[in-house]
Amino acid sequence: MALNNSNRSKLIYTFLAWTISGLIFFPILWTLLTSFKTEAEAISSSPSLFMFDWTLENYQDVLARSPYFSHFWNSIVISVGSSLLGLLIAIPAAWSMAFVQTKRTKNLLMWMLSTKMLPPVGVLIPIYLLFRDFGLLDTKLGLVIVMTLINLPIMVWMLYTYFREIPNEILEASRMDGANITEEIFHVLLPIALPGIASTLLLNVILAWNEAFWTLILTAANAAPLTAFIASYSSPEGLFYAKLSAASAMAIVPILILGWFSQKQLVRGLSFGAVK
Amino acid sequence: MATTNSRSLARLMLIPSVSLLLIWMLVPLCMTLYFSFLDYNLLSPGTEEFIGFLNYEFFLTDPAFFASFFNTLLLVGGVLIITLGGGIGLAILLDQAIWGRNYVRIMVLAPFFVMPTVSALVWKNMLMNPVNGLFAHFANWIGVAPVDFFAQIPLLSIIIIVSWQWLPFAALILLTAIQSLDREQLEAADLDGAGPISKFVYIVLPHLSRAITAVILIETIFLLSIFAEILVTTSGGPGYESTNITYLIYTQSLLQFDVGGGSAGGIVAVIIANIVAIFLMRLIGKNLEG
Repeated sequence: MALNNSNRSKLIYTFLAWTISGLIFFPILWTLLTSFKTEAEAISSSPSLFMFDWTLENYQDVLARSPYFSHFWNSIVISVGSSLLGLLIAIPAAWSMAFVQTKRTKNLLMWMLSTKMLPPVGVLIPIYLLFRDFGLLDTKLGLVIVMTLINLPIMVWMLYTYFREIPNEILEASRMDGANITEEIFHVLLPIALPGIASTLLLNVILAWNEAFWTLILTAANAAPLTAFIASYSSPEGLFYAKLSAASAMAIVPILILGWFSQKQLVRGLSFGAVK
Repeated sequence: MATTNSRSLARLMLIPSVSLLLIWMLVPLCMTLYFSFLDYNLLSPGTEEFIGFLNYEFFLTDPAFFASFFNTLLLVGGVLIITLGGGIGLAILLDQAIWGRNYVRIMVLAPFFVMPTVSALVWKNMLMNPVNGLFAHFANWIGVAPVDFFAQIPLLSIIIIVSWQWLPFAALILLTAIQSLDREQLEAADLDGAGPISKFVYIVLPHLSRAITAVILIETIFLLSIFAEILVTTSGGPGYESTNITYLIYTQSLLQFDVGGGSAGGIVAVIIANIVAIFLMRLIGKNLEG
């Protein structure tokens, strides 16, 4: 009886959970399916979920008729480049704050986070003008710089929360053994902190890959990553659902897979260690 | 503990990030402040003129400012309410014993990784389009008139799209927090005869407070500057019905080339964000570093 009862509630909860999560996932599923339809089927007034003539022509079209790969490459360079550069700057800072705490450390951390509260429009015009004058408009380098700076506070915070969990005794023990600071960092700290560093890197790649405000404003044809390139499909002449879907699928699937693999680590990073 | 040696090294290692962030904040912000007092058109450089607070006067008395100010509040507030409410519900549901929880988790999480321009375009064209969209097909099928989402309820449509993108984030953080809840406490409450509602209010909700704080903080940071979703769906229209402050300043400075007015707007946006920030920082100062 009791078993029966709990089995029944499990069945009900399972049904509810699958229905709701199916609805949440549906727009993505629909995009993926539409990308394999012909344009005629894509706008058919009686759309079918799976029973249509599957085709790859949208993918071929998008790849052949637009410089898709160069935008894809821009996305990779900008997101990976800014994340690596950010790590290089953020690791020393996080190390300092985590292991050499002073009274000001907490204020410093709060101040860094507060720079994230600065709305991008507050600095939109100067950045645009500076970029124009320095020839950085529509260049990958310019976007790498901006992405590094806007994500730096998050990187420092994430690394700080990971570093804080490393017991100080381990570092002290290595110091007792006569390790100097460089050895301490490279041989003791970094290997322990590697998972944390990896997930910081990953989250920032995802954030930079999807960042749209600055990419839409600072790029045109040359340096536009996928976020900006996809936006060009919003023009009336770009209204081809199947092709839009194919381009979208190619833009979101890589990052979707990357995100799924790292979801457990992402939770901690995303909540700044508030949730474990 | 920390030697003088490591302390000075620590200070040295802080220099790059602190100075970069300081430059990133101060230089453009000072320029914005300076521009905000000028009559400055992007198309006619060299004709700038100091006009005092006139830009602010124009910006703050413009009906577009009030419209976009309220839209910003509605957008942030609406999305926060939907994602927190939905997130708590989903977290509780996914915390139950269910078959295939990992797959459910993966499906729920997915929208968070979809770039804003893609999600906006997919919703706009394939779901919410009044002729070819799936919702229109569905409305025709059950025999009611399809809704023209971006003409009739532009702001609400954008709130729906943005909520879809941020619900996974809230649900995931809250689910992780719920899973760390001490089960014995709940069982003890069961024995004391507590109903599901009082268990939720007195045990689950307080346990979630840190996670809820984190969700509010991070979502607010991103929601105050929603831009791409508006640009690709409604371009702020019709009229100013779906313009938020970010979008208003963008149109003023880069589409109408009014650098002075846009800068005044930028400073106003910074002040608004700071008021919100002070409030939020208090909240996390209490909650995050416990």
